[in-house]
Amino acid sequence: MEKGIEFMKIAFSTSGHDLNAPVDTRFGRALKFLICDPETNEYSVIDNTQNLNAAQGAGIQSAETVARSGAKALVTGHCGPKAFRVLSAAGIKVYTVEGLTVAEALDRFRAGTLVEAVSADVEGHW
Amino acid sequence: MGQNGVMILAIASGKGGTGKTTVAVNMARMLRSGVWLLDCDVEEPNAHLFLKTGSETEEVVSVLVPEVDEALCDGCGECGKFCAYHAIVSFGTTPLVFPEMCHGCGGCTRVCPRKAIREIEKRVGVITTSKSKNITLVQGRLDVGGVIAPPIIRAVKARLRQGQTAILDAPPGTSCPVIATVRGADYVLLVTEPTPFGLHDLTLAVDMVRELKIPFGVVVNRAGIGDDRVQMYCLSEKIPVLAEIPDDRRIAEAYSRGRLIVEALPEYRSLFQNLIDQTISLAKAAEKRMTHADL
Repeated sequence: MEKGIEFMKIAFSTSGHDLNAPVDTRFGRALKFLICDPETNEYSVIDNTQNLNAAQGAGIQSAETVARSGAKALVTGHCGPKAFRVLSAAGIKVYTVEGLTVAEALDRFRAGTLVEAVSADVEGHW
Repeated sequence: MGQNGVMILAIASGKGGTGKTTVAVNMARMLRSGVWLLDCDVEEPNAHLFLKTGSETEEVVSVLVPEVDEALCDGCGECGKFCAYHAIVSFGTTPLVFPEMCHGCGGCTRVCPRKAIREIEKRVGVITTSKSKNITLVQGRLDVGGVIAPPIIRAVKARLRQGQTAILDAPPGTSCPVIATVRGADYVLLVTEPTPFGLHDLTLAVDMVRELKIPFGVVVNRAGIGDDRVQMYCLSEKIPVLAEIPDDRRIAEAYSRGRLIVEALPEYRSLFQNLIDQTISLAKAAEKRMTHADL
């Protein structure tokens, strides 16, 4: 790591509880968020069941949850327009992946091969 | 319930597609005297399909949503902490507003220490009023893309004037739009079908009306299909079954042509008349019990 750059925490949407679990394709209604420090590989898991069952606004609430976790990047499957607005406002970069485990996505993040999303990639309520 | 049998009757169900609108429109026509039919299923109103209505008047329904003055906002985030629906979100910056999530409570404007938030009107839907013989039909219609139905349902119900007999056709389910519809009704009819799915959702609807403390009874539609567990359930829970509408292909045919059962199949008129009589007498009896309980 270069001097002067503070390494940031990364959030992953997932239905598992460790680095070997797959990245969940859903963001707002993902079961859990795994928050990982890429420097130390230490992680914690935040339960998202409440938002999973929310009638409306799951994307907004999940984006708030990720913002409060202190993460500055999010790796997920898809991200809708409301969630993307909140994440952008909170200064969180969004990366979308498909068919990867959290560990594989983390490796690609470190290698710098994940591409940052510049907008929501799905409509709301997809 | 007022004098002369004036009452507000809500027709609800747990499960969708059980026949709420069928019961509502046929009861309304059989009442003969002037009745207001309020179609509160504002996400997909359909009562008009069964009534040949004349010209209609249309009014726009709006809710008040927040607008933030960026020059005054210091990003304290109090508005976002207050909002239960995440319609306003702040991370130490000027808040983001999601007007489509806003329920119009005005809380954010009150908690803002800098008075940086004012309320502006946002259109959410329309109300149309029309007439079909003895029925004045008031329908709410949520705009396409809208997600919050209760403000329109409340606006539809606000059209009611004291002393009017009214039938409220509720949306399916047991969530906020249903509560907004049945709250304040004198009596609720829960329409169900005699299937395991019908029974499951009926029990949820029963829990809801009991919680709201509104007297209620059950109408079984498509009687003859499925099994007898709905009847057994009503028996054991001491819930009156006010009518059983048979699973008659001719009813489905009349429905598919947008015709009323009581007009297309006169032999069913007595069934609906009986349902009306029973509903009024049970609502009156329930009111008496409540009045006595108050004394």
